[in-house]
Amino acid sequence: MEKVHIKINDIPLEVEEGTSILQAARSINIYIPTLCYLSLHIVHEHKINASCRVCVVEIKGRRNLAPSCSTKCTEGMEIYTNTQRVIRARRTVIELLLSDHPTECAMCEKNLKCQLQKIAAKMNIREIPYVGEVSKPNEYIKSEALKRDKAKCILCGNCVEVCSKVQDCNVLTFSHRGFKTFVGPAFDVNLDESKCVACGQCVNVCPTGALSQTSCINEVWEAIHDKTKHVVVQVAPAVRVALGEEFGYSLGTAVTGKMVTALRTLGFEKVFDTNFGADLTIMEESNELIERLKEGKNLPLITSCCPGWISFIESEYPEYLSLPSTCKSPHEMFGAMVKSYYAEKMGIEKKDILVVSIMPCLAKKKEIRRPQLANDGYPNVDYVLTTRELANMIKEIGIDFDALENGRFDNPLGESSGAADIFGVSGGVLEAALRNAMLTTEGKCKNVDFMDVRGYEGLKEADIKLNGMDLKVAAVNGLKNARKVMEQIREGKCQYQAIEIMACPGGCINGGGQPFHQRKMSKTIIGKRMEGLYMQDMSKKNRISQQNPYIQKLYQEYLEKPGSEKAHKYLHTSFSKRITIIK
Amino acid sequence: MENDKKKFDELDEYIKTIHATEHELIAVLHRAQHILSYLPREVQEFIADRLQIPVSKVYGVVTFYSFFTMEKKGKYVINVCLGTACFVRGADKIMKAFEDRLGIKNGETTPDGKFTLSSLRCVGACGLAPVVQVNGKTYGNATIETVEQILKEYEGE
Repeated sequence: MEKVHIKINDIPLEVEEGTSILQAARSINIYIPTLCYLSLHIVHEHKINASCRVCVVEIKGRRNLAPSCSTKCTEGMEIYTNTQRVIRARRTVIELLLSDHPTECAMCEKNLKCQLQKIAAKMNIREIPYVGEVSKPNEYIKSEALKRDKAKCILCGNCVEVCSKVQDCNVLTFSHRGFKTFVGPAFDVNLDESKCVACGQCVNVCPTGALSQTSCINEVWEAIHDKTKHVVVQVAPAVRVALGEEFGYSLGTAVTGKMVTALRTLGFEKVFDTNFGADLTIMEESNELIERLKEGKNLPLITSCCPGWISFIESEYPEYLSLPSTCKSPHEMFGAMVKSYYAEKMGIEKKDILVVSIMPCLAKKKEIRRPQLANDGYPNVDYVLTTRELANMIKEIGIDFDALENGRFDNPLGESSGAADIFGVSGGVLEAALRNAMLTTEGKCKNVDFMDVRGYEGLKEADIKLNGMDLKVAAVNGLKNARKVMEQIREGKCQYQAIEIMACPGGCINGGGQPFHQRKMSKTIIGKRMEGLYMQDMSKKNRISQQNPYIQKLYQEYLEKPGSEKAHKYLHTSFSKRITIIK
Repeated sequence: MENDKKKFDELDEYIKTIHATEHELIAVLHRAQHILSYLPREVQEFIADRLQIPVSKVYGVVTFYSFFTMEKKGKYVINVCLGTACFVRGADKIMKAFEDRLGIKNGETTPDGKFTLSSLRCVGACGLAPVVQVNGKTYGNATIETVEQILKEYEGE
């Protein structure tokens, strides 16, 4: 790579050709504010929108100011990042944006996390000199999982970028023009009527409060304080390595113990672990895989834990609905066990139990409404809160998170193997299933680390020998990659026998309900959370699902064996073609 | 409905003849509006399906260009030129006269579906200003009186 020599604020610097001015400035700790800048480099090479013009700089010899995010450094370039002209232009941009933006910051979902708010604070904006019309009314448009507010949209295009280029869902689009431009689904329908799968990646990259989650915090508080209800909570694996970010912990720190104590303090009667449900999923799913391989039918088996992916296949590839595993997702299995096994064991009536799931995911909010995910007339799970919502609840009642003692999950539904922890990363479900299938069929699983299916790549392949059979398996993340694999299947070119698919890039650790990553889908954030989960796995005594003694007990006392009639009733589900108003 | 099917077939035929891909989206929308007079949701979905592109993209383009419309137009579309030359010669008064006489505003359609009133910017016949077009037929040197004559010509039909 060629090197070019530049000067930023008179500091000489050598950078690789193709480096943007913004990257060059950051490398020597010169601060240039950004608003729309989106870094998706672990996912795909994307075009920089340069739509907000907050990051403009002055370049010697150039008439106009240049956006530093999309302008490449060239030989001899002399750049100034803080001249009076630059600062004035930046202020004007922010003032103009604010002149058409609601100023109800104190009530906004993104209060203190909004990029526009932060920049306005940094630039010392105290009044807006522009008076005029406001383009859109300030109103929330709610869908099952997402909440939109057009008035707060600054038209940066980040959500459109992830929805189309990363997820290939193409739901969000710019429509109309000029002052009337807005972002939304075609024909301005509600997201629930579109093909939106509620992955929530758009929420993660939105710099303002234009996109957020549909919250159920108030309903959960009501439930907790309702003395007639027995409210239990379960926590997904990806939550424990991200929740700490909301309380100042370094990236990827597992705060499991403190989280458990916090949940108890919030008032939940029992604090259980979705990991238990994950171990259960593996018992059923690896059994299903072995059966399908024996019969040579309905292959490749595709995982079904991810509700975003399930929504996607139900609307885009309904002719292949025999391929996903019939297993419910771990938290749904868990809920089904709470309202049957646990209820009977404890002598509590099903109607009096409420199950709350803490998830890194927005699609789970939509998933719990599926009529197929209910038993004996009660939904398996009643409420889904995201990692962010949990943090909000902890803050709301003034818990000093850092000072909490480390607690332990309640039993019998709180114990898990290391295989369950890695459900939160791309490749983890597949790895867990392989460990278990190997132990079941061969009687041993010497090496539990399947390194080939780990990492951020959108498609990871591995050749596995299972009980004398040569298998080709793949772990896929991001719906764009899922579409590629489905097209291979459609063309009859798919060579895999088992595929794991997760809708979010990197897996659940980068889910739509996780603490905001400030529009940087980077190795430093996603990678640290990933490491955190593999560390959890390593620290466990048992690393294969069937080694979990409580799982063994559950089968002995209640479910008999994987794939039994009772297991089918409570732990398996069905899929159907999803018809949306917008095709 | 039978009539609509014919129109969809005609559009489909056009898409096939030019081997349209996503790059021909605007040309296809043009033809579709010519055939159907407007671009309702079904037409946009049809085009998205034929060109193998997301309907959100089609919708984005349709709403971006003011030429494309999702509203059903009247049998006769009256276009009053509001370009500079026509305007200085009183086109605004012509527009007002049409609005008063038809009881609708610029951009609207009469309840009986007969007339749509709209405006355009310069048809290149400034020597005849102010200019009015009805379904492509041009009327020059329009006055308040000719507004009445023009409407009479079509009201009988």
